[in-house]
Amino acid sequence: MDLAMLTGVQVVYAIASLFLISVGLAIVFGMMGVINFAHGEFLMLGGFAFILAVRAGVNFWVAMFVVAPLCVAVIGIVIERLIIRHLYGRIVETILATWGLSLLLIGLASALLGYYQMGVRPPFGVVQIGAYQTGAYTFFVIGVAVAVGLVLYVLLRHTPFGLIARGTMQSAAMASALGVNVKRVYSVTFGIGAAVSGLAGAVFAPLTGVLPISGLTYIAKAFITVILGGALPLTGSALSSALLGTVSQVTTFLSTSVFGEVMLLVTAIVLLRVLPSGITGKFFKRGI
Amino acid sequence: MRELFRPAFWASAIAALVLIMGIPMVSEVYTLYNLTVFAVLAMLALSLGLVWGIGGILALGQSAFFGIGAYVYALLSVNLGDSTLAVPAAMAAPLVVAVLVGYFTFFGRISDVYFAVISLTIPLILLSLINSASGPAYQFGKAHLGGYNGIPAVPPLNMPFDPSAVLSFEGMYYVAAMALLAVYLILRVLVASRFGRVVQAVRENELRAELLGYDARYYKLGVFCIGAAIAGLAGAFYAAWGASVGPTVFSLAFTAQAVVWVLFGGLGTLLGPIVGCFLVQGLSTWLGSVSRVSPEIALGLLFIVAVLLVPNGIVPSIRDRIRSRLARVHGGRP
Repeated sequence: MDLAMLTGVQVVYAIASLFLISVGLAIVFGMMGVINFAHGEFLMLGGFAFILAVRAGVNFWVAMFVVAPLCVAVIGIVIERLIIRHLYGRIVETILATWGLSLLLIGLASALLGYYQMGVRPPFGVVQIGAYQTGAYTFFVIGVAVAVGLVLYVLLRHTPFGLIARGTMQSAAMASALGVNVKRVYSVTFGIGAAVSGLAGAVFAPLTGVLPISGLTYIAKAFITVILGGALPLTGSALSSALLGTVSQVTTFLSTSVFGEVMLLVTAIVLLRVLPSGITGKFFKRGI
Repeated sequence: MRELFRPAFWASAIAALVLIMGIPMVSEVYTLYNLTVFAVLAMLALSLGLVWGIGGILALGQSAFFGIGAYVYALLSVNLGDSTLAVPAAMAAPLVVAVLVGYFTFFGRISDVYFAVISLTIPLILLSLINSASGPAYQFGKAHLGGYNGIPAVPPLNMPFDPSAVLSFEGMYYVAAMALLAVYLILRVLVASRFGRVVQAVRENELRAELLGYDARYYKLGVFCIGAAIAGLAGAFYAAWGASVGPTVFSLAFTAQAVVWVLFGGLGTLLGPIVGCFLVQGLSTWLGSVSRVSPEIALGLLFIVAVLLVPNGIVPSIRDRIRSRLARVHGGRP
């Protein structure tokens, strides 16, 4: 019974972490049609911003919820101006340019910050589940994922900006004809995606530490989750996180975490044979 | 087969042959050593140039096949002590993987961009798989996968069915360079053949090709598999050249290199990837010897510059310039 509960908590945690690392990417892909290969590096930068801020004496929570998202959002907006804006509609070129950017950011981070792992201790103690214990931070991560999902839902569904952003997503030309500054919408959307990624990077930093190549550990999982999710950023990444998180965590439980990751990829490829445009390409088409 | 009757085809083949034979007479040992690995890597570039440039399939994770080839060669040649069977097996294994991946993606009619991302995750997953494969459970006969350290002491190539006749250092150069030339010439014939033309038609307009009665899925699968086998061959030579193989062949930086070669050299040509590979590798070897710029920064910058400023690549740009110059010399005739 205790073991079942512990496994349940771990499955929910796997789902929450998949959602957190992929939702920033999903927003940028779903709203703008841009595949950002530097997404993993956004997570890495969020982690570094958080850890450096904590070391500089900034309050733990301020560093996590303000400094990291803000820093990465600013970096994201600058990158959008310099590179991505020139390549809208040319999706292959965007992939290649952001991939170059990813390598560049890894190189710069290792040149400036050094090639060693930085970390801070996670707060909270442990929680007892019967005979087992698990870090209370696990529950914190689940809470953050739920909160991020809710905030994004309200932002996209119930604010004027959300309305404009969804309109631009459906038809940029029509939104532009109605007087919307499409470039600014894209810029802000990219910034929001980057901010969420920065927050996710900061949330995982106390657990895993941060290295210049930290982004690489996230990127495969994040991309697979987004692609399986399909066009709708929130619904898609939530559903595919739920599916893939469960599959990978159950496999991890039965063998090792590496096979969990392999299983995640295999499941996604097999499912894409049936649903070539992702889960939300077939079901739940009317969400966001 | 028409390509075989063109004088230009034979002229370029003979010129390349003379070049390959001539270089060892004038170059130092170190240069030859570098040229050998450049030729091997150029074969990987050529395979990606075929799949991406000719077939229009954005196989960003092409190096996965290279890595699989290298590992299969290493495992078999360590166990058998003979490279005769290891080389064809190193081509067959990536082919099988390509058939599986291709079945689920091309036959699922996944869009190009989705395919690119899925293709890229394959080397990443293999990287974490191999990195963790360090326990005693990963012993295959005499060889051990070795996790993060890779497989050491991989035997070099030998004469077929004669393990005692090991290829010398120069012999390896000739084999690599000749293999590159052979693959290049075969691909030129292939591209000009009926199969190659249909593949290009699918690249240009998949729907139109299908309406003309060609099943695009089989052609895509076919060109993807040929590319995988070539990459596997290159991987086998790479393991034989370096006498070891490690999980870095599956790293993101390694597969990014291959994409840069093709992009920089020129998409849609077969010569472009080879030229791009030699130029970029030469440049990064030179950079490594004169400065302390991290290769990642250099590669990343080159990547962005190539996309934003030289979108066509070097070889097509130069070719177009020569053609327009020639046209002007011939009195403005196109």
